[in-house]
Amino acid sequence: MLRHLISAADLTRDDAVLILDTAEEMARVADRPIKKLPTLRGRTVVNLFFEDSTRTRISFEAAEKRLSADVINFTAKGSSVSKGESLKDTAQTLEAMGVDAVVIRHGASGAPYRLANSGWIDAAVINAGDGTHQHPTQALLDAFTMRRRLVGRDTGLGQDLDGRRITIVGDILHSRVARSNVDLLHTLGAEVTLVAPPTLVPVGVGNWPCEVSYDLDAVLPKSDAVMMLRVQRERMNAAFFPTEREYSRRYGLDGDRMARMPEHAVVMHPGPMVRGMEITAEVADSERCTVVEQVANGVSIRMAVLYLLLGGNEPAVTHTRTEEKSER
Amino acid sequence: MSKILIRGAKVLGHDPQDVLIDGETIAEVGTGLTAEGAEVVEAEGKVLLPGLVDLHTHLREPGREDSETVLTGTRAAASGGFTAVFAMANTFPVADTAGVVEQVYRLGRDHGYCDVQPIGAVTVGLEGRKLAELGAMHESAAGVTVFSDDGKCVHDAVIMRRALEYVKAFGGVVAQHAQEPRLTEGAEMNEGVVSAELGLGGWPAVAEESIIARDVLLAEHVGSRVHICHLSTAGSVEIVRWAKSRGIDVTAEVTPHHLLLTDELVRTYNPVYKVNPPLRTERDVLALREALADGTIDIVATDHAPHPHEDKDCEWAAAAMGMVGLETALSVVQETMVDTGLLTWAGVAERMSAKPAEIGGADGHGRPVSAGEPANLTLVDTAYRGSVDPAGFASRSRNTPYEGRELPGRVTHTWLRGKATLVDGKLT
Repeated sequence: MLRHLISAADLTRDDAVLILDTAEEMARVADRPIKKLPTLRGRTVVNLFFEDSTRTRISFEAAEKRLSADVINFTAKGSSVSKGESLKDTAQTLEAMGVDAVVIRHGASGAPYRLANSGWIDAAVINAGDGTHQHPTQALLDAFTMRRRLVGRDTGLGQDLDGRRITIVGDILHSRVARSNVDLLHTLGAEVTLVAPPTLVPVGVGNWPCEVSYDLDAVLPKSDAVMMLRVQRERMNAAFFPTEREYSRRYGLDGDRMARMPEHAVVMHPGPMVRGMEITAEVADSERCTVVEQVANGVSIRMAVLYLLLGGNEPAVTHTRTEEKSER
Repeated sequence: MSKILIRGAKVLGHDPQDVLIDGETIAEVGTGLTAEGAEVVEAEGKVLLPGLVDLHTHLREPGREDSETVLTGTRAAASGGFTAVFAMANTFPVADTAGVVEQVYRLGRDHGYCDVQPIGAVTVGLEGRKLAELGAMHESAAGVTVFSDDGKCVHDAVIMRRALEYVKAFGGVVAQHAQEPRLTEGAEMNEGVVSAELGLGGWPAVAEESIIARDVLLAEHVGSRVHICHLSTAGSVEIVRWAKSRGIDVTAEVTPHHLLLTDELVRTYNPVYKVNPPLRTERDVLALREALADGTIDIVATDHAPHPHEDKDCEWAAAAMGMVGLETALSVVQETMVDTGLLTWAGVAERMSAKPAEIGGADGHGRPVSAGEPANLTLVDTAYRGSVDPAGFASRSRNTPYEGRELPGRVTHTWLRGKATLVDGKLT
């Protein structure tokens, strides 16, 4: 395994499958009366959030606490910390306090990479979302959710997503979720198609391992999973599309469109959803929509990542994975 | 006055000759020269060039003396073989009045390492709204002839037109930082394959090209001359080539870093590679080299942009844009243009000395190496190979993209009007 988790692109297929399999083991902990493992006892993890994200922070915090780590939450937003130089200062302060891992969320693309590679700290760095770059644990939890739904909870162990067709719809340009998912899903063997108005597709997308379409209706019947991305209303003011209604008509997912998807296909969303614009309530509340599962799976995935990056030699839950662990 | 005999130097890269400096001027150029009492500099195997002239330097004084001062900047210039630099106007206060430009000019003269020719701002405070007192800056002791809002684009077409027209009265030139502001909002690197992957805001080539296209058309319309700063894309080269073929009075510069580095380096997220205009692609780099060789791009200019450590030792988004360049410029040009066979040393002298002096009107600089000319000279050990160590820089700042990189060539001596400013690689 890697020492840091900065980008989904850094994961090999075997790394990714190991994380997904480990997350299945972690998920079983959530079914127990006492949802706690001693794995990271005595280890300190800092959640360093320079940008608001209650959902992601809580998810990491839950994962850390279930693994018995000591957790420090540091929300930099709103404090005097706002200029870039302070990332280094903050990191070194945490280092001095003997932190073992830093979970970092930052508004600037590349900030976690800098933190991990500039010699500022020795702790493991986990990227919890940086600018419009990457959000690898989100991609992992999405892949985990897809594998459970499309391959099966138990039959999925050891499996990837070979040949599955995944469609990602919405603001690709500004989305770290889209970038992470394209990288990871490609590594796992899936075929990814991005669907968006051309204004919301980055120049240079031609080099990504995926297809690009501007026509949602043409892609839906061929999709095993459709991931709807959040579209911020302010994009409209920046002329990325003419009106909210026009966006919704061309790229929103409603009941009629969902009916054109194959029966087994699922609808995903990283949240928070803007109901009525990118997704209708009818779709969001349907059984095919995995939003709530994604949240639950997020905790399992983050437990798996923390365990694998920090767990050392101790068994996670069962003893079935000793072979992989001894290789680390 | 003292005499200096430079013995056996390859003048402009040609056959070895001796050059005798007497006082502030070159007394004689020939073979087998002798001179009683002259200090002898053995220059066998080295190349002698006219002192280099940089049309695009940021000296930071007044206002950001923590980055650079006129003293440290001109010492860096002398180290790099320069005898004249044009200091950009984006200081604090902005060089938009006669008072500020005279101060900068005088500091350069007083320190004596390198002539400093201030560039005046085109608009008050670089704000792009109201013309600065261009005439007053020209008439000041600094004699400003080059005007630029560099760092910002004169994006208002009417203001640009007026500036181009106005400076005709005294033979001035407007040097444009070609960057369409709306197309580059939030821009952090070249827009393309790498920016898409890294999730960094894109600075599209067309934001540069559209302004250059507009400005050459404006220059043609009003019959003025325009200079394009740090041209960086293959498309810009095409536009300048077209404009020149049409007889438009346009000149253009390229920086050493745009001749060597590409946006692939941004994958490191190391802000040392953050610069404006951004590093472009391999295709652009090759087009720029070719254009410099064939004369479409007239000159090399450093865009020497010193920044203190803390402005670069941070995450990409927070970092300042710019690189230091005075002390490595000639080495990069040797590597990219001379060692590749694209340019002779005479061609380098043209593009790094004669032509920039001509564009900026730096009298006494960029002159031929011949008897009677001012003794502004640079001696280069072109056989030298070594890795760049910023710790040895004379510049106050260390933000070089070449740290640890091996580059050819080393300036060993620089003379400013017969006075040595650099001897055996050491500043006097």
